[in-house]
Amino acid sequence: MGIEGIGARVARKEDKRFITGRGRYVEDMVVPGMKYGVFVRSPHAHAKIRSIDLSAAQEMPGVIGIYTGPELKADGIGNLICGWMIHSKDGSPMNMGQWSPLATDTVRYVGDAVAIVVAETRGQARDAADAVVVEYEELPAVTNVVEALKDGAPQLHPEAKGNLIFDWEIGDSSATDEALSQAVHITKMHIVNNRLVPNAMEPRAALGVYDMAEDHYTLWTTSQNPHVARLVISAFYNVAPENKLRVIAPDVGGGFGSKIFIYPEEVVCLWASRKSGVPVKWTADRTEAFLCDAHGRDHVTEVQMGFDADNRMVGLKVDTIANFGAYMSLFSSSVPTYLYATLLSGQYAIPAIHCNVRAVYTNTAPVDAYRGAGRPEATYLLERTVETAARELGVSPAELRRKNFVRTFPYQTPVIMNYDTGDYEASLNAAMQAAQWDTFPQRRDEARARGKLRGIGMSCYIEACGIAPSQAVGSLGAGVGLWESAEVRVNAVGTIEVLTGSHSHGQGHETTFAQLVAGRLGIPIEQVSIVHGDTDKVQMGMGTYGSRSGAVGMSALLKAMEKVEAKAKKIAAHQLEADENDIVIENGEVKVAGTDRTLPWAQVALAAYTAHNLPAGMEPGLKETAFYDPQNFTFPAGCYIAEVEIDPDTGKTEVVQFVAADDFGVIINPMIVEGQVHGGIAQGIGQALLEGCHYDATSGQLITASFMDYTMPRADDLPSFQISHQTTPCTTNPLGIKGCGEAGAIGSPPAIINAITDAIGNNNLTMPATPNVVWKLLHASV
Amino acid sequence: MYQTTYHRASSIDEAVRLLSEAEDAKLVAGGQTLIPTMKQRLAAPSDLIDLRHIPELKGITVSGNSVRIGAGTPHAQVADSQEIRAVCPAFCELAGVIGDPHVRHMGTIGGSIANNDPAADYPAAMLGLKGTIHTSKRDVSADDFFVGLFETALEADEIITAVSFTAPQKAGYAKFRNPASRYAMTGVFVAQHGDGVRVAVTGAGENGVFRATELEARLAGSFDEAALQGATVPSSGLISDIHASAEYRANLIVVMAKRALAAANG
Repeated sequence: MGIEGIGARVARKEDKRFITGRGRYVEDMVVPGMKYGVFVRSPHAHAKIRSIDLSAAQEMPGVIGIYTGPELKADGIGNLICGWMIHSKDGSPMNMGQWSPLATDTVRYVGDAVAIVVAETRGQARDAADAVVVEYEELPAVTNVVEALKDGAPQLHPEAKGNLIFDWEIGDSSATDEALSQAVHITKMHIVNNRLVPNAMEPRAALGVYDMAEDHYTLWTTSQNPHVARLVISAFYNVAPENKLRVIAPDVGGGFGSKIFIYPEEVVCLWASRKSGVPVKWTADRTEAFLCDAHGRDHVTEVQMGFDADNRMVGLKVDTIANFGAYMSLFSSSVPTYLYATLLSGQYAIPAIHCNVRAVYTNTAPVDAYRGAGRPEATYLLERTVETAARELGVSPAELRRKNFVRTFPYQTPVIMNYDTGDYEASLNAAMQAAQWDTFPQRRDEARARGKLRGIGMSCYIEACGIAPSQAVGSLGAGVGLWESAEVRVNAVGTIEVLTGSHSHGQGHETTFAQLVAGRLGIPIEQVSIVHGDTDKVQMGMGTYGSRSGAVGMSALLKAMEKVEAKAKKIAAHQLEADENDIVIENGEVKVAGTDRTLPWAQVALAAYTAHNLPAGMEPGLKETAFYDPQNFTFPAGCYIAEVEIDPDTGKTEVVQFVAADDFGVIINPMIVEGQVHGGIAQGIGQALLEGCHYDATSGQLITASFMDYTMPRADDLPSFQISHQTTPCTTNPLGIKGCGEAGAIGSPPAIINAITDAIGNNNLTMPATPNVVWKLLHASV
Repeated sequence: MYQTTYHRASSIDEAVRLLSEAEDAKLVAGGQTLIPTMKQRLAAPSDLIDLRHIPELKGITVSGNSVRIGAGTPHAQVADSQEIRAVCPAFCELAGVIGDPHVRHMGTIGGSIANNDPAADYPAAMLGLKGTIHTSKRDVSADDFFVGLFETALEADEIITAVSFTAPQKAGYAKFRNPASRYAMTGVFVAQHGDGVRVAVTGAGENGVFRATELEARLAGSFDEAALQGATVPSSGLISDIHASAEYRANLIVVMAKRALAAANG
């Protein structure tokens, strides 16, 4: 394996253009005749639209056209859909309300799109949007998920009585009740998982281009999965059939899940381009990003965890209410169900688990997958509950976890998942050693002498990545398969283009995918280019989310490479007059093993294209495609330990140490993996200490609608992270990769909160643990 | 941003004339509040009068214990001023923690004081230092200048030209930043003058900067944090928002006052 193959710390190929400001994002795209779209949005959380008066706005300078919901409906544009069917426990399908890309008669959250103005300049479009007069009849609004379920709460959709979308369960309810009734100790927790705003650095944008001559559409968009966008837009929204729609997601500045979904603006820009006859570009400003990007988390949960006399877990009962916002976003229904409750066994052998989830509409932005998507919610409630149980039982948190770890694999949980492999104790031990766990009491005493409260907390997380076997997710309600594709095009000079259905929006695929190819052939990494994000260039693919690109996307690439290599070996065997089974490829050469009979890689490639001397019957060319459907999810796991110091005078928490010990399976590029872990932990610490999305309970206005009020983590909020890896290769994909993109955000919040509650001696803590919140608890406990 | 007409004034007289002639003009110096507000379309002045090219507004003069700072002086220049630091280091320390480096190199003392943001730092210093605000028309004491939230004694056609104060015996500033905006969630400026102690609080009051008279009374005898042991201030009249309750801010006032005293005495 060459130095730039699997395991090498190769500097990211894409960073030159990103760091020098030469990336090309949707907002950078300019096409001939392009004009600007600005949306008219609802200022109310819930209202009937009485009338829309466009007369003044249409007379404004530069206005080309203004288009509204009724026209969109008249043109047959479909409602936005949720692509994962969930059935309630009574067998009834989920109650999905209608979501028109432009509201027709009712608006249901602040920011709901009502009309689009297309004008010569963005400023003119905005001026005209301000001049559109919409007469609203305000209705009562509800933003809190618990309130929304109560009798008499404002009702959002006629399809969902009582605002209830579904009432779903998993696991064995009676077995769990029985186990809890036999338990010697039950730990009960009320857990709130705070709502988050994704805040990718690049706001969403869409450029819709209708070509009247060809009756063809092009959509440039900030998407994590352009092929899925094309599929959904053509199959459900009736904009154009797939062969008449090209979707391009160029450089995308971060997604964290929020750019998986198809949003109203993408559909409307395409439609408005046809209506107006000009290309229409819309770019969200930061306020629109806060108001309209799909938010994350927002669960309210009751937990009961039962133990026997030997402190072994006997049962876990979980009852969750999940806020879905005003509409069901594309994959919203999968997040608090199959991406959440299936992980409730954690790293532990729990014989009986039951989880009930009620999904609820509120007058807030739609909620969908955000880094970790369901798994952070599961991990947070489990790891806070385990930590609390250890305190109640008077045993060390490490020992309680150790006692209950799954130790034999494969392990079938009571909630669908089958863990293929892992070594949870290895990560626990590594983390405790790195954190100098045993000498913590000295550090606590030293801090106390300085007037600070020091605490330590741990979290042992498991998550499911590499989503997922298509047949399995299909049986669980997914509307799509979740395989991945790759095409390897060897050029006649031996250089290589890889076309992948994965999409990089910060993950570094241009480097890691190239490492796989360069390492297998022993050619310089510069000779391998990665192409992604354009449905006209790349075969159908499923995109990037759920830490799947390594485990699924690179497995597809490996399959395609194996086909290419097999053909190359046949060519070389023919030309070297050897048996193809004796041919090996290494160091850029195709040769007969153990001899000096060799052909340079480039020469084999050239031979494939000159076709002057190929084996009889062989087609010319060297290009192969593969589709890879995973056998199982992958199960990254690890142990995180946080140490905090709290200023009792102000309640301010400083994270003084953070240790991450992760098992991601085989690692392609350690530097990129460390970057993913750093970013994930930063987001997790953000959730634990800083980030809280607040809506006004009665008006439904978003209070945290800017960085003045929504606290993003900054460098000085974070310590240096100590990171290590314990590797058990995944057994269900050929590369042994598990995935690393979300672990940091999943594992870190409970570690931080457990450390704070340890420091302050009060467990009644909710996220974000702001100085005011912590100070109040300290004050209350005096 | 809406359309606006830009003017570059080269003297105070010219700026005053432009101000009185325009329909709805705003003065702009560093623009650190006004420009983002305009970009958000929350302000739409018909005319912008740029004060950055008026020589009379520039410069720092220290004579004995008297400090005079031109209204157009950016925060970074105040923070770095060795003359001011020699007589009132707390003032430089305060200027050095306003916003971030970008803000400190663009924003000006006159702009900050004229805006009177309830979470701005300079108003606390001016009130704590018994300072004077010099305008194109008159001199106004800080006690009379800061009227309420974003409200000052300035008249429509009046421009701040400079601020001045007499350096106290000792002074200190401590602030607790809002976690999101990093503005002062509570900032306290303490100063020991020959004729008494002042404790000025920013970031916490519903009507902007104010004096914590309870704390001043305790410190009258002893300008030391020990004198604040067990002290409290009432939470009535304090801001309560998603970041901090009024009770929490009341606590922060005492804590920050102690830290300001430690800095003053350090």
